[in-house]
Amino acid sequence: MIDLEHVLVVAALLFSIGLFVALSKRNAVGILMGIELMLNSVNLNLVGITVAAAEAAVALALAVAVYRLRESIDVDRLNLMKW
Amino acid sequence: MEDTAVIVAFYVLAIVTLGSALMVATVRDLIHAVLFLVLSFVGVAGLYITLSADFVAVVQVLIYVGAISVLMLFAILLTPRSGRDNASVPYAAPIGVLAGLIGAVIIFVGLKTDWAKADGGNAFETTAAEIGKALLDPYVIPFEVASVLLVIAMLGAILLVRPSDGGEPG
Repeated sequence: MIDLEHVLVVAALLFSIGLFVALSKRNAVGILMGIELMLNSVNLNLVGITVAAAEAAVALALAVAVYRLRESIDVDRLNLMKW
Repeated sequence: MEDTAVIVAFYVLAIVTLGSALMVATVRDLIHAVLFLVLSFVGVAGLYITLSADFVAVVQVLIYVGAISVLMLFAILLTPRSGRDNASVPYAAPIGVLAGLIGAVIIFVGLKTDWAKADGGNAFETTAAEIGKALLDPYVIPFEVASVLLVIAMLGAILLVRPSDGGEPG
């Protein structure tokens, strides 16, 4: 059997890589990829796949809707609500 | 399965998963990043199999490797003028330090906790039959709530990208 601690370490490393991707990418789809990596690492310890699928569908629809309005999904240029 | 073979497979799959996740962070082209993300999802599905969670592994392949990656590719292909580069923000280095610190804290807490107190219960021979029984007997309400959540998410996604009444999309 595999030690529980090794699974936890792999999941924690995957989570921190996902966090880095989610915080550092400029493209909205790139940010979503980081979020999916983090959800995957949590799923490695607990199981919650339904929420991940629902979140991905809505977020990608939002990305397409924003692109239609602004012709860009670069989050640095989505500053309409910035004061 | 042999015990040592499972352990070797676990480490190989862990290296594949973490390596392709790192490639998602560093590769230049967004399409390539999605493909490395798919490889990382496949690695996680293999990790489930080494942890004897066969049903979850199949679901992982169906939902993540199948559906979510296709959704992401479509989202990239439907937004052609936004650029395909997978560029990072200028202050990526402090974000990397922050992510490393948070990962170190999670690893520290995970190793410090005495998991022997947590009772894992009985190990299942096959998980699919047990999960099916559990979903339809004690957990039928959460199961139905999850399906309502999926229907609402699907309706929301359709509504967001539906052409408005004037015929113009958005």
